[in-house]
Amino acid sequence: MFRLSLVPLVVLGALLMTAAGGLPPVGDPESPAATHVSPRYISRGPEETGATNLVTGVLADYRSYDTLGETAVICAAGLACWLILGARWREDGGAQ
Amino acid sequence: MKLAFGSPALDAASRLMTPFMLMFGAYVVVHGHDSPGGGFQGGVIIAACIILVRLVRGRAGGWMLAPERALAFACAGLGIFIGVGLLGPIFGGNFLDYSALPLLLEAPKARAAGSMAIEIGVAVTVTGVLSLIFDALVEARDDG
Repeated sequence: MFRLSLVPLVVLGALLMTAAGGLPPVGDPESPAATHVSPRYISRGPEETGATNLVTGVLADYRSYDTLGETAVICAAGLACWLILGARWREDGGAQ
Repeated sequence: MKLAFGSPALDAASRLMTPFMLMFGAYVVVHGHDSPGGGFQGGVIIAACIILVRLVRGRAGGWMLAPERALAFACAGLGIFIGVGLLGPIFGGNFLDYSALPLLLEAPKARAAGSMAIEIGVAVTVTGVLSLIFDALVEARDDG
């Protein structure tokens, strides 16, 4: 079983290594990530969001849908912890 | 946690630290617009304060955030977030578009106010969840 799991691991690793060569260099100002929406965020963020901290401006305003998902994930993680780890404890309390 | 790590020195130190931790947590949440910080970080600081008191003084310390209540906090924070987001469509904007809120402010100020409201929601969620996870880990061990 261990040897079998090595096969997809090696194939996937080789694939990712090959693909990594096609990535733009770190900090490249011409990369797609730096030319699409980032200039707008940087140049007009403070006046549009009212936040001088650009990170908060992006997190809480431009990308607030993303932050909503993160908050939901954290809430679900807490719920899962409570359901899994607190099972015996809830029985003691008579909640179940 | 049935047994606390209590001792006079720890008790005095935690009493000295908790007000400043709570204050700093609230500051990090509210001041996230102008300095590094925000809901996640501030919520973690507030939860760390609650956990510190629970470690030092145990369940008798009076800072026990019961798991059901912590879970309610977590869901309430998410509810604040979604509720503020839904105010946008109610007042004729897009979902999570704070500039549509009828706040009698120009758009950037209204957006800053909306962001502040959702940051507070995030902080409440993070505080509740971290307290809940700590309680779940500790209590599961105590009863086992």
